[in-house]
Amino acid sequence: MASTVVVVDDKNTKAWGGGTSPMKASYGKLMMWFFLLSDAFTFSALLITYGLIRFKNPAFDGDVSTFVFSQDYWPLPDMVFNAFPGSHALGVDHAPLVFVGIMTFILIFSSVTMVLAVEAGHRMDRVAVEKWMLWTILGGITFLSCQAWEWSHFIHGTEAGGSLLDGSIFYGANLAINQYGPPNFAALFFFITGFHGFHVFSGVVLNFIIFYQTTVGILERRGHYEMVEKVGLYWHFVDLVWVFVFTFFYLV
Amino acid sequence: MEHEAPKVAPIPADKEKIWKIWKVMLILAAVTAVEFVIALAVPLSVMPQPVKVYVYIALTIVKAFYIVAEFMHLSHERKSLIWSILLPIIFIVFMLFIFLYQGSAIYNLLTS
Repeated sequence: MASTVVVVDDKNTKAWGGGTSPMKASYGKLMMWFFLLSDAFTFSALLITYGLIRFKNPAFDGDVSTFVFSQDYWPLPDMVFNAFPGSHALGVDHAPLVFVGIMTFILIFSSVTMVLAVEAGHRMDRVAVEKWMLWTILGGITFLSCQAWEWSHFIHGTEAGGSLLDGSIFYGANLAINQYGPPNFAALFFFITGFHGFHVFSGVVLNFIIFYQTTVGILERRGHYEMVEKVGLYWHFVDLVWVFVFTFFYLV
Repeated sequence: MEHEAPKVAPIPADKEKIWKIWKVMLILAAVTAVEFVIALAVPLSVMPQPVKVYVYIALTIVKAFYIVAEFMHLSHERKSLIWSILLPIIFIVFMLFIFLYQGSAIYNLLTS
């Protein structure tokens, strides 16, 4: 073959010269990453706004045991989010972080089942993809149900309520006033957890669509399960955001 | 559409790979458990609130690292992809410092 001249298009020898995917990721996966980056900016804006408004308001500086709800300072999250379904009936008055902790574990668990679904997709194991996608969807629905309870409890308020600036007692919360502290506290709660909850809801819908496509064999006929990876990226991002919401809204 | 049985024979699972996935979950659960212990069992006399806040943020970054690097598989991607995702995060850090500083400035303005 010594006489054969092979002309190599030198465009193809450069990673960014075209004709190749320099990041070794498909178009869909790459765009999902960039969408998630922009979504990270949105969530950061919301959480940083929370930080600004919290720093703008006076902090409670007394002993924790003397804490009462007041419009004059930012409430301690431990004192606001301290109930779980049935805690009242069981006579438990103060159980901080218990319910939100359970929600965190549910979301971490559903993230793991998503990774297992992606792993099964790589092996073209349709039955395993179906199984793990179903677990992921169940985890998502459980999380959403927990959040519905959390919102309902927050909106209805405690038995004692809290006094407003004019001295009247108000129970629960809405976007304008709340019993826990400055009006912005409840507004930020609704916006941040609501925006995250809507992401979880969208994730459950996307997961269900992919689960359906797996079940009827669309992805198997396509020859790869990359769609599972793409919705998987989105689902892990939702888990990631919750990790930050958990820290900055409930712990700090 | 009718449900049909799988036609493609799956490749058998690699036990070690699956154990690695569960191990990441155990790490995430353990870090969350540590956060609970610090929040509920460690008195403020041992660990003042500002110290607790820094520990929470550090542990949150640990969790974020495991989710992004392992679950989202970013640490196994090309370097160019890793940096195109990580570098813009600098803007978020920048925004964080600016706005927290601004928040305290407004507080000082309102109270003085």
